Amino acid sequence: MLEVENLSMRFGGLLAVDQVSLDVQEHEIVSIIGPNGAGKTTVFNCMSGFYKPTGGKIRFEGKEVQGKPDFKISRMGMVRTFQHVRLFGQMTVVENLLVAQHRHLNTNLISGLLKTPDYREREQKSLDRAAYWLDRVGLLSMANREAGNLAYGQQRRLEIARCMVTEPKLLMLDEPAAGLNPAETKELNQLIVSLKEDYNVSVVLIEHDMSLVMDISDRINVINQGRPLASGTPDEIRQNDDVIKAYLGEA
Amino acid sequence: MQDLLYFSQQLINGLTIGSTYALIAIGYTMVYGIIGMINFAHGEIYMIGAYTALIAITGLATLGVAWLPVILIVALVCAMIVSSAMGWAVERVAYRPVRGRHRLIPLISAIGMSIFLQNYVHLAQGSRNIGFPSLIEGSFRFGSSEGFQMSLSYIQITIFVTTLICMTGLALFISRSRTGRACRAVSQDLGMANLLGIDTNRIISATFVIGAALAAVAGLLLGMYYGSVDPLFGFIAGLKAFTAAVLGGIGSIPGAMLGGLILGVGESMTSGYLSGEYKDVISFSLLILILLFKPTGLLGKPEVEKI
Amino acid sequence: MAAKNFGHAFFCAFITLIISYPIIGFNLEAQGIDVTLTGADTTTIVLVLLAALVVFLFQLFRDQIMGALKRVPMPSSDANKEPMAENKRAKIESWILTGIVVFALFWPFFVSRGSVDLATLVLIYIMLALGLNVVVGLAGLLDLGYVAFYAVGAYTFALLSQYLGISFWLALPIGALLAALFGLVLGFPVLRLRGDYLAIVTLGFGEIIRILLNNWTTLTGGPNGIGGIPDPTLFGMEFGRRIKEEGNTSFHETFGIAYSGEHKVIFLYLISLVLAVFTALVIRRFMRMPVGRAWEALREDEIASRSLGLSRTAVKLSAFTIGAFFAGFAGTVFASKQGFISPESFVFLESAIILAIVVLGGMGSQIGVVLAAIAVTILPELAREFSEYRMLIFGAAMVLMMVWRPQGLMPMRRIHIELEKQE
Repeated sequence: MLEVENLSMRFGGLLAVDQVSLDVQEHEIVSIIGPNGAGKTTVFNCMSGFYKPTGGKIRFEGKEVQGKPDFKISRMGMVRTFQHVRLFGQMTVVENLLVAQHRHLNTNLISGLLKTPDYREREQKSLDRAAYWLDRVGLLSMANREAGNLAYGQQRRLEIARCMVTEPKLLMLDEPAAGLNPAETKELNQLIVSLKEDYNVSVVLIEHDMSLVMDISDRINVINQGRPLASGTPDEIRQNDDVIKAYLGEA
Repeated sequence: MQDLLYFSQQLINGLTIGSTYALIAIGYTMVYGIIGMINFAHGEIYMIGAYTALIAITGLATLGVAWLPVILIVALVCAMIVSSAMGWAVERVAYRPVRGRHRLIPLISAIGMSIFLQNYVHLAQGSRNIGFPSLIEGSFRFGSSEGFQMSLSYIQITIFVTTLICMTGLALFISRSRTGRACRAVSQDLGMANLLGIDTNRIISATFVIGAALAAVAGLLLGMYYGSVDPLFGFIAGLKAFTAAVLGGIGSIPGAMLGGLILGVGESMTSGYLSGEYKDVISFSLLILILLFKPTGLLGKPEVEKI
Repeated sequence: MAAKNFGHAFFCAFITLIISYPIIGFNLEAQGIDVTLTGADTTTIVLVLLAALVVFLFQLFRDQIMGALKRVPMPSSDANKEPMAENKRAKIESWILTGIVVFALFWPFFVSRGSVDLATLVLIYIMLALGLNVVVGLAGLLDLGYVAFYAVGAYTFALLSQYLGISFWLALPIGALLAALFGLVLGFPVLRLRGDYLAIVTLGFGEIIRILLNNWTTLTGGPNGIGGIPDPTLFGMEFGRRIKEEGNTSFHETFGIAYSGEHKVIFLYLISLVLAVFTALVIRRFMRMPVGRAWEALREDEIASRSLGLSRTAVKLSAFTIGAFFAGFAGTVFASKQGFISPESFVFLESAIILAIVVLGGMGSQIGVVLAAIAVTILPELAREFSEYRMLIFGAAMVLMMVWRPQGLMPMRRIHIELEKQE
């Protein structure tokens, strides 16, 4: 469903991403790993439309999306989380989820002012969807807290729930386990697998926690210094000499 | 021939005004380069410089001092001291406590400071404009064709020379002195400079003080050039200087100089060939156009959005 | 430590003297072309010295003072408290608000004409501040040229009535829509700018509009302004002693009561009240709608909003346009109240006052903004001897609020949303 072909991104004289390719099939979890500064997040930023790539193609469900505005890409069903959690801190937890459903809502100002039946019905549906996902990530009792006051692990889960209420086809997670304790990481592990199994979402994952990556990925792409180093199943990657070198610091 | 003379006259007038804009613009651009905020009260600091200079000049006249160099130097030094102290205090009171908060907060604090200072001077010295002695009279005149005579007044020469000295001094300070080097380091990466043991608070204060001192110089020069001051004196000039800073590329010191000169010439050409009433419209429109089409200005570096 | 504190305190006191003594301690007096310098009176000098002493003592005992202040319980420690249940709160709120509106409806019949006039002005400021609250408080866009839209509303009515004889009631929607259109057209190019640039650009726009009004003499009358703007009518009844427009009747004759100038003032007040309540209700509704949540989301985190499919331009533009719409509303009422308008009424200072109201009241908070509008307009009238200090105090208050209480005096309360568990 997603194909990235020879993606390159240059900032001035720095080639941050050089000819990276990857593809994601439906019902699949694909990981991107690599040392710090390898260009993983830059790949994400290109895919989600924050950067306009300087070379290469990105196709989502057969349509080219490179260079499209970010909000249009997200409306097509590709939604992401951020390395440093980005919540709407002063809004409540449930409001965070309502904002995300903007495109499912009747945004016509007049029908909203008059509270037409259609408007009410859609508003109720989005509330129900929010409630469902809050329950799913264990935050239902926190629904009316300000998002900025949640514990770190809760914020991470809320960010994923916020993506899920948009009913995406492809979810991009940027280091979702960063800063979580082992128990929370385990929960996250189960949650991601369940997103794939129960909600039919494909996942692209950037992660440093190798046990998580090896455990849940169907396939793994390794990037080093902006260039693709290897790709394959977790077992293949585990035995790849180049990868071992790069990670042990000999490269 | 007459056209050429007229054009040259506008050019000279424009460069005069432009070089003072450049002096004020330095303050905006240095502060922006280091802490990424627009010091809205900078125009008021310049206005206070002009008032202090006028107070010093009048005070000396009352005391009977009549030797021009003494008057100029004393006025300049007084203006620079008071403005610098004001710049330091403003940063301490209104900006440092809100540094790093949501971007609207320092900006509103700065607007509040600007309103406060304007009214502070208004209450102390009244709202009427007060005549500013020109002190340096006379001019070179050349080329008279069909009644039009081009003139280059001594005050204009003074403005050019003073600006040149200030700019050279600043450039030397930034490139040679310890504090100047620290300034550059802080503007590259504040957090890192802090880790490396640079007292960033001190450097930020220094930036405000330098900017304010240069604004005070501009205050004295423009006071003499325009011949009067009032409490609103800083508002428009501040806006113009900000335009100059953006035009040249905010954060870039050579950019501020270039932007000031271009803006000054542009304005003077507008009043010379179109109408004086619309010269402010031209400079604001210029500001809007640059921000829309080339927000990095002429010499600024592009900013990459960090995610 | 003590020695260092002492040095610092001494330095701060010295700086205080430098920045205050020359400016306050000497008075420049212009007599014709000559300027003379006189020293200020002894009281002023003593005050300046006293200020330096206060700064010295504060800096010297800074740690102790700050420590003592920290121990004072802060009323805003409700960080983790959930908002009150919506139905309960809504009930209390609607009772209180209805009470206030009913009181406001009858109040003008018992007070002086001057008070009613002032109250009308307060209501105009409330409309303006509520509108700006959408732009600054909710959407987080610092608009320093807000007064331009106010001017568009006022001038639209003035010009329409002068050239086409259009009445207040027709001009009211036209003025508001035209202001909204201005907001849309001006907003479209500038809204992708970063926050601080946006502030400067809107300031520039405000000034450009004012300069145009001042210089386009053939249309706007330049600095002389436009006079003879008609009062609003009530179903074709005029409030003047004599009828100006053919076909209208006069209010006092229709009801067979004696003519009184107060009728008109009260009528204008009531119109303003209705419009202000309308403004508040519409914006309150917006805040609970997807568009309102989108404004806040964009203020909180633009990048996250975009990643969730919000179009930055559309969301910002809607806030800007709606804010401009209500400014146009207020402008029309203002023109009608004054009967005369000139560019003098639409200077940057007005934008600054409206911004100060929003900041003091609490960005995003409607009740806070209304209370601040009342306070800011009425306090200088009550204490006339201090009225010249008004802007000085505003400026200082804006700084102090940002430093100590950026959420404002009455911070915005979140809406509590009841959720049912879904299976």
